[in-house]
Amino acid sequence: MLIDKFSPLEGKMLSIMDPEGNIIEKDLMPQLEDEKLLELYKMMLLTKVVDTKALQYQRQGRMLTYAPNRGQEAAQLGSIAATEERDWLVPAFRELGAWLYKGVSLEQIYLYWYGNEEGSKFPENINMLPVAVPIASQINHAAGLAMASRYKKEDAVTMAYVGDGGTSHGEFHEGMNFAAVFDAPLVVIIQNNQYAISVPRHVQTRTKTLAEKAVAYGIPGIQVDGNDIFAVYVAAKEAVERARRGEGPTLIEAVTYRLGPHTTSDDPTIYREDEEVEEWAKKDPILRFKKFLINKELWSVEQDEKEIEAYEELVNNTFKKVENSKEVPLEDIFAYQYETMTPNLVQQLEDYRQYLEGREK
Amino acid sequence: MALMNILNTINHTLDQEMERDDTIVVYGEDVGHEGGVFRATVGLQKKYGKERCFDSPLAEAGIVGTAIGMAINGLKPIVEIQFSGFILPAVNQIIGHAARMRNRSRGKYHLPMVIRAPYGGGIRALEHHSESIEAMFAHIPGLKVVIPSTPYDTKGLLLAAIRDPDPVLFLEPKRIYRAFKQEVPEEDYTIPIGKAKIVKEGKDVTVVSYGALMPQVNEAVKELEKEGISVEVIDLRTISPIDKDTIINSVKKTGRFVAVHEAVKSFSVSAELISIVNEGAFLYLEAPPTRITGFDITVPLPRGEHHHMIDSARIVAKVKEVVKF
Ligand SMILES: Cc1ncc(C[n+]2csc(CCOP(=O)(O)OP(=O)(O)O)c2C)c(N)n1
Ligand SMILES: [Mg+2]
Repeated sequence: MLIDKFSPLEGKMLSIMDPEGNIIEKDLMPQLEDEKLLELYKMMLLTKVVDTKALQYQRQGRMLTYAPNRGQEAAQLGSIAATEERDWLVPAFRELGAWLYKGVSLEQIYLYWYGNEEGSKFPENINMLPVAVPIASQINHAAGLAMASRYKKEDAVTMAYVGDGGTSHGEFHEGMNFAAVFDAPLVVIIQNNQYAISVPRHVQTRTKTLAEKAVAYGIPGIQVDGNDIFAVYVAAKEAVERARRGEGPTLIEAVTYRLGPHTTSDDPTIYREDEEVEEWAKKDPILRFKKFLINKELWSVEQDEKEIEAYEELVNNTFKKVENSKEVPLEDIFAYQYETMTPNLVQQLEDYRQYLEGREK
Repeated sequence: MALMNILNTINHTLDQEMERDDTIVVYGEDVGHEGGVFRATVGLQKKYGKERCFDSPLAEAGIVGTAIGMAINGLKPIVEIQFSGFILPAVNQIIGHAARMRNRSRGKYHLPMVIRAPYGGGIRALEHHSESIEAMFAHIPGLKVVIPSTPYDTKGLLLAAIRDPDPVLFLEPKRIYRAFKQEVPEEDYTIPIGKAKIVKEGKDVTVVSYGALMPQVNEAVKELEKEGISVEVIDLRTISPIDKDTIINSVKKTGRFVAVHEAVKSFSVSAELISIVNEGAFLYLEAPPTRITGFDITVPLPRGEHHHMIDSARIVAKVKEVVKF
């Protein structure tokens, strides 16, 4: 197994494409159709446009708090591309690319960040949990989803995401251990973007890598260049296949970088130098994929510009729709607490309605 | 004296007390280098070093659990939970241990520790950033729960909390962190935990609230007084232990009672308050004691949150209803 050859304990990290878009590990290059390559690249571009625009809207006072993804597109798309439609996606909250790939509509994604619960009500055919704000809590859900798939003898795999900071949490440990103990078909992707808000990775743990935490669970773990879509894909593919064969979970650490702020409320200049950001910007996952595609004559600078323009228009139009969406109806904030409203809820809603009517008179 | 908002006051108070008492350590997520996501601890690491003010790994049970160990072993930890919604992973440590340590060791161990956490809604935040779960902790014997509403009270209550020999949950009204400034004395003073404040005397009705809703209450009272209704306003300041005497004496005088809070209605602080009124001032009542509270729902996201938040108009309407009864 590939994962055995890149032991994090020996300081090895899987990387296939360098920042210039050159393939440095030809033997490991995944066999992806040109069409698939372009699909993934375009999805990364779309992710970037959706993300950049959301930040802009927020700065214009048109959007609420938003958690940017810029720089992490390969970690997100390389991993989710290794799954099938029937597989489960369990996000943290910084997986925009994976949500888009899974088929969640842009309108819905924006609706969520615009403060409307409807944004978490995904269509029936999309096996995806809503965002998990409580850090690492989702890893236990993911283990449970995977255990249920195994119980039902279905071959669906669960792919879950967590941040570098999240690996410090008790819930991360508990979920990983459960999945391992029960051979659950789970793949956990750590998006190690170097920071948990202001706290750098090295403050979270004494281990050299996050991937090596797998050793303690008795499962495979691998560190990959998270800005290299091929490295992420190859590792994720192997992990997904392994899980689907019933051989249990895998932990993948995608080494990447958050180029933007933690959220729109964050000021990164407090905790990191511009030079560091510039160094990582040179390793931009989209840039290197683009170079690769252009070298292969599958893509051109002109096509790139055109595509971006089209996405910008799509995104602007979608956001306008979201801005014009209605407030959440009063009933809806009561109606979903239980299958049927309790007598207390019925009365509280009724009293409040009467109050509102009285106020209008 | 200096003009300060609530956030400045927290920072100033921590600074003063760390200077005075070197057994104090301050930590939590982003608390050290950055000085907290709200900047409540800004500058403390620079001044007192990484030993005394530091970033913790991202783990709330770890934050509170280690504070318990430190408190047993001679330190006075003041830990920050970034938002009260994220205190939940630490509940096992808070309820299962912090609240019980004195009792189960028959007084050998006690925990002079403070858990600070911003609470409450109305800031158009993401999920899990808007909860008011004070009643959950007030329900637990062995814990003290304090909620200030002004910069002046923040200093006095925080100092009292730090010097208290038992664990104190210090919930900060983040919605009004920067809302207004007040003169805060430079010198040392404490405000006793367990004592409510009569903000304004009145004779027709007693209105009790706390924390981030106090500005709404005060605004409502201005409105009501214009219409000739004399309101006695009480700021609870400490949720637990609750100040029964101040409440009962006030209701004996006014004969009417309204509690106001943002937290959900059922099994809440107002339920306790109304019981206190019934037990201690029943024969003085001219109207059923009542309340205006959040609904029994998960705090809605911003596009529906306004329904859940209590504005002064709703307080005015409720008080009038009680006075007219
Ligand atoms: C249990 C819990 N504690 C604290 C927070 C506040 N918080 C939100 S994001 C974050 C840092 C997360 O860092 P990491 O896991 O590295 O993910 P990243 O934000 O870098 O994607 C913190 C502390 C939270 N959401 N949940
Ligand atoms: Mg991170």
